[in-house]
Amino acid sequence: MSSILNKLIAVVGEDYASNRQEELFTYSKDLGTAPPQWPEYVVAPKTDKEIQKIVLLANEEKVPIVPLGGGMTLAGLALPLKGGIIIDLKRLDKIIEVNPESRYMVVEAGISNGKVTAHLHNHYPRLMHSEPGAPPAATIGGNLAIHGQGDLAHPYGFNSDMVNGMEVILPTGEMIQLGSCAVGSGWYSMQPLPDLKFFSGWNGTTGIITKVSLKLFPNKKFRDNDLFVVENEELVPEILYELTHLGMTEDLISSSAAIPPLMNKLHHISINIAGDYEEEIEFKRHMVFDVALSKFIRSGTGGIGNLAGEWPRPQVSKSSDWKKGGGFEYVGAIIPVSLYPECYRQGARISEQHDIPYTILGRVIGCSHAMMFSWSYAFNRADEETVKHARQALHETDDLVMNLNGTIWKPAVYGQRLMMDRMNKNTLELMGKIKTLLDPNGIMNPGNWEVNR
Amino acid sequence: MTLSEYKYNDIIHRCFRCGYCKFPTDWDDVTNCPSYARYRMESFSSGGRLWLIRAWVNGDIQWSEHLTKIIYSCTSCKNCVEKCPHTFSDDLVNMVVAAKTELIKIGKIPKPVKDFLENTQLYGNPYGISAKKRADWMEDLDIPAYNGHDYLYYVGCDGSFDPRAQKAARATARLLMSAGVSFGILGTDEISDGNEVDMLGEDGLLEYLAQKNIQKFSKLGVKNIITLSPHSYNVFKNKYPDFGGQYQVYHYTQILAGLIKNGKLKVPDTSGISITFHDPCFLGRWNKEYDAPRKIIQSFKGMTFNEMARNRKGALCCGGGAGNFYTDFLGGSDESPARIRIREAVDTRADVLAVACPNCLMMLEDAAASEGSEIIVKDISEIFFPE
Repeated sequence: MSSILNKLIAVVGEDYASNRQEELFTYSKDLGTAPPQWPEYVVAPKTDKEIQKIVLLANEEKVPIVPLGGGMTLAGLALPLKGGIIIDLKRLDKIIEVNPESRYMVVEAGISNGKVTAHLHNHYPRLMHSEPGAPPAATIGGNLAIHGQGDLAHPYGFNSDMVNGMEVILPTGEMIQLGSCAVGSGWYSMQPLPDLKFFSGWNGTTGIITKVSLKLFPNKKFRDNDLFVVENEELVPEILYELTHLGMTEDLISSSAAIPPLMNKLHHISINIAGDYEEEIEFKRHMVFDVALSKFIRSGTGGIGNLAGEWPRPQVSKSSDWKKGGGFEYVGAIIPVSLYPECYRQGARISEQHDIPYTILGRVIGCSHAMMFSWSYAFNRADEETVKHARQALHETDDLVMNLNGTIWKPAVYGQRLMMDRMNKNTLELMGKIKTLLDPNGIMNPGNWEVNR
Repeated sequence: MTLSEYKYNDIIHRCFRCGYCKFPTDWDDVTNCPSYARYRMESFSSGGRLWLIRAWVNGDIQWSEHLTKIIYSCTSCKNCVEKCPHTFSDDLVNMVVAAKTELIKIGKIPKPVKDFLENTQLYGNPYGISAKKRADWMEDLDIPAYNGHDYLYYVGCDGSFDPRAQKAARATARLLMSAGVSFGILGTDEISDGNEVDMLGEDGLLEYLAQKNIQKFSKLGVKNIITLSPHSYNVFKNKYPDFGGQYQVYHYTQILAGLIKNGKLKVPDTSGISITFHDPCFLGRWNKEYDAPRKIIQSFKGMTFNEMARNRKGALCCGGGAGNFYTDFLGGSDESPARIRIREAVDTRADVLAVACPNCLMMLEDAAASEGSEIIVKDISEIFFPE
């Protein structure tokens, strides 16, 4: 048995460290199109102290470490591109504190979004967090590491804007705190200093997020999912402008897809409304459809697709089976809402070229300040040719995002290079300096965001 | 090696590994897959296991003892089937069982599984105990051999041989007798029902056992069967028809609930006692029977009943299914599913953790002892007879 494995076992116990082919195989795979990248070890620590020991060991041995949350990025961001140790963080799943009056909760970062949702539902039904548009197994820490966004993105922005504090283990093993918790004042605010932005959105290349204070929001008693449907994609930005001006909705998503047929070439704008009283819901629905959207209804350019539907829990993985093939990957981009029509058209074109049913979706972030737009490409995991097509479509879409002056969100390595090639050189240099300062041995998720290449 | 005969070659690649299968119905935690709860490595999750099976079938990874442990650590609890959002979800457990079948075909199975199957073939039970002792569970009860009675009371291997499960078998028999139910048993002629053999992938042995049992039942004219174990209930009800055995099958809780409703069974006074209930997978998720055990418990005088956080179709398996009560791939840790389940039961502040399955009874009582918990694990039938 290797000495590194023995040392890992000494830290976490025999059941939670492995270099067997089964664990290495499993963790070599991403759910998307990325080719397998084999780690040398997999370890699943339970505490931040154990993580610190693993990080110190990795520095001693000069072995790469790759933190892994739910493993849902689809972009291979937690694959060990240069081998090393995968640190599966999902055993760090405690709920440490819920402060209902100040509307925050402190959790260990490996906790799943599903567990957070269930805990709040069962114990604090008037509170909610923003659940990302991902399966519930996605972790809180993983979502922060990619700047995720979820079902309260319209009123409150990115999930990384909904954080009151963080605890992070640096690539050199020290533990730091960010926000009010760093001065011993509790976990109620991220601002002012020490509000450092070196960890959210850095894809686990600068440190391992171990604790998070999540902002909580009012969870209204009644929820309503309505659909507004238009055929002309050019109308979507205007509709979203009207709805964000109204400011009465909790989530706004426009989507279109070749499958199922009722969505083909139509744009379904999902409008989530919430209220504590039936009258409140009724009033908001009236304001949405009879006031904000009335001109589209009266002109016959838009119609109500559904009223008072249930808020569906995201089942995004269903896209993986469009080709009965168990796979899909998407390019996500942060774009101005005005680019929606062009993004839709170009996405449908790329999909058609690769014989993939098109699936696009745009979620409003903030008051139409931006949109997370995604192009999903399904593939058949058992048919390498379809995987190649999906991979090529993804690359073409990355190029498209750059050409449209968008910003690729959680890009895979190909997209990261496009982004870095376009990036302000001084900014890139600063990122490099930060990484070198934090990670002198270059052990943190190397191969991803190689700003010093 | 490529296993071209693997039955699910055409769909196993469709698992996306999205992880819905780890959750219970209310999303309470990612630990509702018992083997994932125990090991917390993706390789032991439902999706990870399917990806590994596919890799093995396609020759991308080689057979290993660890691979067989991963495959056999699946308890067939069907939580994954319940939660998977995909159209092929009904086949998730079948895909694992088919992989076990392939392992048996090449003769490379873990020793405890081999022992289980050999014992069942040679002795008619996994414990390797002589069939002559099969009726010892009765002790001083005077139960007739089945001879045209209304019901055959099929006790099963656990109730026949395990000292703890024997008590439940006796309690159930006493209740049936006290209610005047016309029933008989097979005694030393009883053999394994084959449910676990099926879940371990030994379809040939299942066929052998089913045919032997069906021959016996036909000879005796059995039409109605009461089972102590939900495992027996499942295989008689859902598998035996494939071999020509059509019976009206009841789990004993279904019979007791009816007897109570009709006033034929005196309910116990459980004043001051708080009870919680653990759903057996082969009664609940496999056969959608969640109400009968609860109706019995809720009929008890003065009882307080509190559900565990994970219940009904969201219940966490005790970890004993698919032969794991014997092979014990999920034991040896405070994260063993049975121990997690005991802690959940304790969280309800219950005095008694009621079960309706001899398998769960054995697993959870052992777990309570390991936890040092004072909670009393009892089969529902035993609660009728306060000590």
